[in-house]
Amino acid sequence: MAVCVAVIAKENYPLYIRSIPTENELKFHYMVHTSLDVVDEKISAMGKALVDQRELYLGLLYPTEDYKVYGYVTNSKVKFVMVVDSSNTALRDNEIRSMFRKLHNSYTDVMCNPFYNPGDRIQSRAFDSMVTSMMIQVLSRAPCCRAGEALWA
Amino acid sequence: MSPTQWDFPVELCCRPMAFVTLTGLDVVYNAVHRAVWDAFCANRRADRVPISFKVLPGDHEYPKCRPKRTSYEWYIPKGILKTGWMNKHLNLVPALVVVFYELDWDEPQWKEKQSECATRVEIVRQSLQGRNTKVAVVLIQKKTPLPPGEDVTASERAAALCNACELSGKSLFVLPHTDHLVGYIIRLENAFYEHAQTYYYTEIRRVKSHKEFLNKTTHQLLFVRHQFKIAFFSELKQDTQNALKNYRTAYNLVHELRAHETNILEIKTMAGFINYKASVTYPNPDPLETQTGVLDFYGQRSWRQGILSFDLSDPEKEKVGILAIQLKERSVVHSEIIITLLSNAVAQFKKYKCPRMKSHLMVQMGEEYYYAKDYTKALKLLDYVMCDYRSEGWWTLLTSILTTALKCSYLMAQLKDYITYSLELLGRASTLKDDQKSRIEKNLINVLMNESPDPEPDCDVLAVKTAQKLWSDRVSLAGSGVFTIGVQDFVPFVQCKAKFHAPSFHVDVPVRFDIYLKADCPHPIRFSKLCVSFNNQEYNQFCVIEEATKASEVLENLTQGKMCLVPGKTRKFLFKFVAKTEDVGKKIEITSVDLVLGHETGRCVVLNWQGGGGDAASSQEALQASRSFKRRPKLPDNELHWDSIVIQASTMIISRVPNISVHLRHDPPALTNEMYCLVVTVESHEKTRIRDVKLTAGLKPGQDANLTQKTHVSLHGTELCDESYPALLTDIPVGDLHPGEQLEKMLYVRCGTVGSRMFLVYVSYLINTTIEDKEIVCKCHKDETVTIETVFPFDVAVKFVSTKFEHLERVYADIPFLLMTDLLSASPWALTIVSSELQLAPSMTPVDQLESQVDKVVLQTGESASECFCLQCPSVGNVEGGVATGHYIISWKRTSAMGNVPVISTAVTLPHVIVENIPLHVNADLPSFGRVRESLPVRYHLQNKTSLVQDVEISVEPSDAFMFSGLKQIRLRILPGTEQEMLYNFYPLMAGYQQLPSLNVNLLRFPHFTNQLLRRFIPTSIFVKPQGRLVDDTSIAAA
Repeated sequence: MAVCVAVIAKENYPLYIRSIPTENELKFHYMVHTSLDVVDEKISAMGKALVDQRELYLGLLYPTEDYKVYGYVTNSKVKFVMVVDSSNTALRDNEIRSMFRKLHNSYTDVMCNPFYNPGDRIQSRAFDSMVTSMMIQVLSRAPCCRAGEALWA
Repeated sequence: MSPTQWDFPVELCCRPMAFVTLTGLDVVYNAVHRAVWDAFCANRRADRVPISFKVLPGDHEYPKCRPKRTSYEWYIPKGILKTGWMNKHLNLVPALVVVFYELDWDEPQWKEKQSECATRVEIVRQSLQGRNTKVAVVLIQKKTPLPPGEDVTASERAAALCNACELSGKSLFVLPHTDHLVGYIIRLENAFYEHAQTYYYTEIRRVKSHKEFLNKTTHQLLFVRHQFKIAFFSELKQDTQNALKNYRTAYNLVHELRAHETNILEIKTMAGFINYKASVTYPNPDPLETQTGVLDFYGQRSWRQGILSFDLSDPEKEKVGILAIQLKERSVVHSEIIITLLSNAVAQFKKYKCPRMKSHLMVQMGEEYYYAKDYTKALKLLDYVMCDYRSEGWWTLLTSILTTALKCSYLMAQLKDYITYSLELLGRASTLKDDQKSRIEKNLINVLMNESPDPEPDCDVLAVKTAQKLWSDRVSLAGSGVFTIGVQDFVPFVQCKAKFHAPSFHVDVPVRFDIYLKADCPHPIRFSKLCVSFNNQEYNQFCVIEEATKASEVLENLTQGKMCLVPGKTRKFLFKFVAKTEDVGKKIEITSVDLVLGHETGRCVVLNWQGGGGDAASSQEALQASRSFKRRPKLPDNELHWDSIVIQASTMIISRVPNISVHLRHDPPALTNEMYCLVVTVESHEKTRIRDVKLTAGLKPGQDANLTQKTHVSLHGTELCDESYPALLTDIPVGDLHPGEQLEKMLYVRCGTVGSRMFLVYVSYLINTTIEDKEIVCKCHKDETVTIETVFPFDVAVKFVSTKFEHLERVYADIPFLLMTDLLSASPWALTIVSSELQLAPSMTPVDQLESQVDKVVLQTGESASECFCLQCPSVGNVEGGVATGHYIISWKRTSAMGNVPVISTAVTLPHVIVENIPLHVNADLPSFGRVRESLPVRYHLQNKTSLVQDVEISVEPSDAFMFSGLKQIRLRILPGTEQEMLYNFYPLMAGYQQLPSLNVNLLRFPHFTNQLLRRFIPTSIFVKPQGRLVDDTSIAAA
C-alpha cells in the first residue's frame, strides 16, 4: 500500500525511513522532510487547548503528481509519514487510518523494549517486518487495481 | 518548435470583447466618415463599453458557416479545441454588422436612396448566411433632427426604410453630423453593445442546445469543447460570473477525460488554458503578447494531428517526430527556465512559511545551477541550506547535498570548500559507502600534500578538464596556505573532547587534562600538531604536541606513532601545566583546540574546535548517550568508550590546602554589652616556616546589617569599645611561625543586642613550595566560624508599693511610696554587681538617702538582688501616660573576669507612674508596738489637700482588744491646706497581733473617699507585747 514509511522524532530528525527499493530513495527522503512543514502547521493550528481531544491522524498532507503523503502525530510529537502511490485509488481514508494505527502499535512495541533508547534510530526486526508487510501489500494488490482500471475503461 | 511554445497563445490571453464591424465608412477619403470612425476609436477608456470595432467594406466576405449538424450520432471529435476557434470569434465573426449610409429625411431622391440602402443591407445579410449576426443601419445626416413626433415625414420615411431593409425599428439609428458627435457616438455604441450581447446570448443558447445530442463515451472531448465555448461566449458577453462558472465546469470535465501517454499533453495543455482562463477571468483578463501557434488543436503532436487512436499508426514517423522535438529541445536553456520557476517557488514557500519546502527547492535550484555549470551560484545555494538539514539531522539528504557541493568545489578548484566538504563527507554523519569515503580521503591527503585530487565521478568531461588545469595551477603555487576551519558548525571526521581531570585544582599541584580524539574516516590519518588555547594565553605554550615530520612521511607509518589517529579508536593525549598563583580563585577555560592536518610548511588544514570540542551533532549524541541504559562492552585497558567521555572544558584554580590548626576558646554565651573574650590559637603543622601570618576576625560578613552596627571587635580588653570600633578586624599581622610553633591572640567582642551571631576567624599565610621543579609562593588560608549567642545578663523587675508594702497601681501626690527593684541573674556565669544607682527624674524626690544596697553582691545563676527606695511625687496634674520615674543603673562584670576588665553599666529605664491627688490625707503617729495594760498614745493627722473647706465626720469603732479614750464620734471642719490633729489613748488588753480600733472618716463633699482608701495610709493593727515580768520598778509601780 505504501511506497515509503517514515518515523520522525519529536526534534524532526528521522528515526526510521524506508521506501520501496525500486525508486530513488533520496526523492522520498525529500518528500518526507518537506511534508514536515505541513505537519508543523497542522500541529500549531490545532492549538494547545485541544491537545487531549485532538485526533492523531492528520490526513492528507499534500498530493503530488505521482504520490499522496499522509501524516500522523502521536501525543509525544513523534510523526509518522506515509507516501502512497496516487494511482492507487483503492486506498481510502479508512485504510490509511488503520495502517497508521498499525504503525503506531508497532512503534509502541518498539518503545516498550527496555533495550531501546528513545531517540535512537529504530532497528527492530518486528517493526521492519511490519513495515515490509505494509509495502508488500502494494505489490500484491497492484495487478488487481489494474484490472479494475481496465474494467472501468 | 519555438522556445515560446509553452507560452499561452495571444487569443487566450487577450480580454475578449464584443466584435462589431462597421461597413459603409470611407475612412480614407471622406472627412465626415473619418471623424465618425475616430470618435469610435479615440478615448476608449474603461467608461466606454467593451467593443472591438473594425471597419470593413460592405461586401466583405465573412467566414462561411458550416452546415449545421443535425445529429452527433456518427460524429467523432478529433480534438478538444480547434486552434482557430477563439480567433474566429474574436476577430472574424462579428456580433453585429453596422451599415453606415448618408441619408437625410428630406432627401429629394428618397426612393432611389432607400433601395440602395436596402441593397447594401442585403449584401451583408448574404455574406452572413447561417449566422445569427445582427445587422443595424445608421443614417448619417447633415441636419439636426427634430424632437420625435414633430417631424411627420421623418417617422413615415423611417418606417418605410425599415420595411425595405427588413429591419426592426430598434436597428435603425440616426447620426446627425453636428457638434455633438462624440455624445451621439457613445449613445450608438451602447445600443450596439446591447445588440452584441443579445447575439452572444443566442450563441450560448445554441451551443447549449447541442448538449442533449452528446453521449459520454464518444463525445467526451465535445463536453469540454462546448463548455469552453459557452464560457468564452460568456466572456465576450462580459458576463464574468458565468464565464468563471463555465470554465470551472470545463476544468472538471477535463479531469474526467481518459488520459493516455499519447494525449496527455493535449489534456494538460487544455487544462492549463482553462485553468488560466478561470484564474484571469476574475476580475480582468491580462493581455500577453506572443506568436500564435500553427496547430489545429492545442497540445497535439504536429505529426499526428486529429488522430485519436492510442495505437501509434506509424512508429517510424513517431520516432522521427520525437527525435525532431528532442533536437529542438536542446536549443532551449531549460535550466534557466527551471531556475526562474524554482526561485519563484522559493519566494512563494518562504512567504507561506514552509522552510523545508523552501530548502528543498533551493537544493533543486543549486543542482540546476550545477547542471547549468554555474558552480559559484550552485555552491552558494547549497551551502546556505546545508545547515538546515544538518541541524535537523537528515544525514542522507545532507550527504547528497555535500556530494554535489564537493563536485562544485572540485570543478572550481576551491581549496577551502573542497577540504571542508571532504571533512564532513568523511565524518560520521555522512551516509556514503566506505569505498566512496576511501576515495575522498585519498583525495584529501593528496590535496594536503599539495597534489591534485582525482576528479569527482559523474562530472561533465569538459568541466573536469578545466578543473584539472585549475588544480595544477594551484599546485604550482606551492605553500598556498594554512586553512583554518571552524568545525563546531558541522560534523567533521575527527571528533574531539577535552576533559580536565577535576573541576578544581589546588595551586600547588599541576593542572591535568586530556584531549580525546577519534577519527571516523576509513583509513588512519596522521596529524602534525595538536594545540590547546586557554582564556589565559600564557598556558598555551605548555599544551602543544608537535612532531617534526616531513610532508612526504604523511602516508608512511600510519598505524604507529602518537601522531596518528586510527579509525574508530579513541586516542587520549594527556597535558599538564602548573597554574599561576595569580590565577587562584579564577577559572581556567579551554577556549579552543586546534588539530593540524598536513604540514605547516606545505599545505595544511587546521581543525578548530571552539571550547572543549564537540560539533554540530555531538550534543544530541551526548544526550542520547546519557539516556541510554545500555551496558557498554568491556574494552582493554587504557581504552575508553567515546560516548562515556563528558566534556569538561573549564576548571577552577583554588588555593593550597592549609596545614595549620586554628582553635577558638571562649565561654558562651556572651552577655549584652560585655567585652566578650575569644582566644584564638594558631598552630603551624607545616614542614617549613610560614610567613606573613595574618588574622582577620570579627563578625562574618553577609549577615543582618543591623548586627554590624551593634557588634564591635577590639584587641584590647581593658577598655570598652564604642561605636567607632569595626565589626571585623582585617589583616592583623601576627608575624611568622616556625614548624610546630603556636600563637595565641585574644579578641574582645562587644555585642549590643541579644541574638546569635556568626564570627569568622580567618588566618592567611605565605609558604614557599616546589612543584614540578618550580618554586612558587603559595598563599594559604584557613578559616573557622563560630556562632555565639548573646543574652541579657539579668532581668530587672520594678514595682511601686505603698509604705505599707501594698501594691500600688498609682501613687498619690505628696504621699511617700516605695520603689522596689528586683535584679534576677540570667547569666550562666556568676555576676558581680559592682554598684547600682538610681537616677531620679526631676519630678521625683527622694524621701531619704538613695544609697545602693547591693554593692559588691555576687549573683549566681537564678539568684536575685532587690533594692527599695522611698520616694515622693508632688502633684503634677493630669499627665497622659504618667510621670517619668528615672533610670536604674547597674554596674557589673563577670565574677571570673580579671581586675583590668572594665565594669559594664547597664541602664534600665524605670516605668512611668500615674500620680493622683487625694482630698484628705490621714497619717497616724503611733509607736511601733504596744504592751498590755500600758497606754498607747495614737495621734491621727488629717490634712486637707484641697482648696475647699472640708466637712469631716470621724468615728472610732471599738475593738475587743483595746480600751481607748478620745473623741468617739465627731463632726468637724478642716480649712484648706490645714491639718487637724486627733489624739487617742489606746489601752491594749490582750497581747499579740491585734486589730486597732478602726478610724472611719467620711467626707461629705467627696463621697468616693472611702475607708478602704484610708486603710492604705494608716495602720489597722499593731503588735502588743505581753506584760513584762522582768521590767524595771517604775513600770511595776505604774501597774
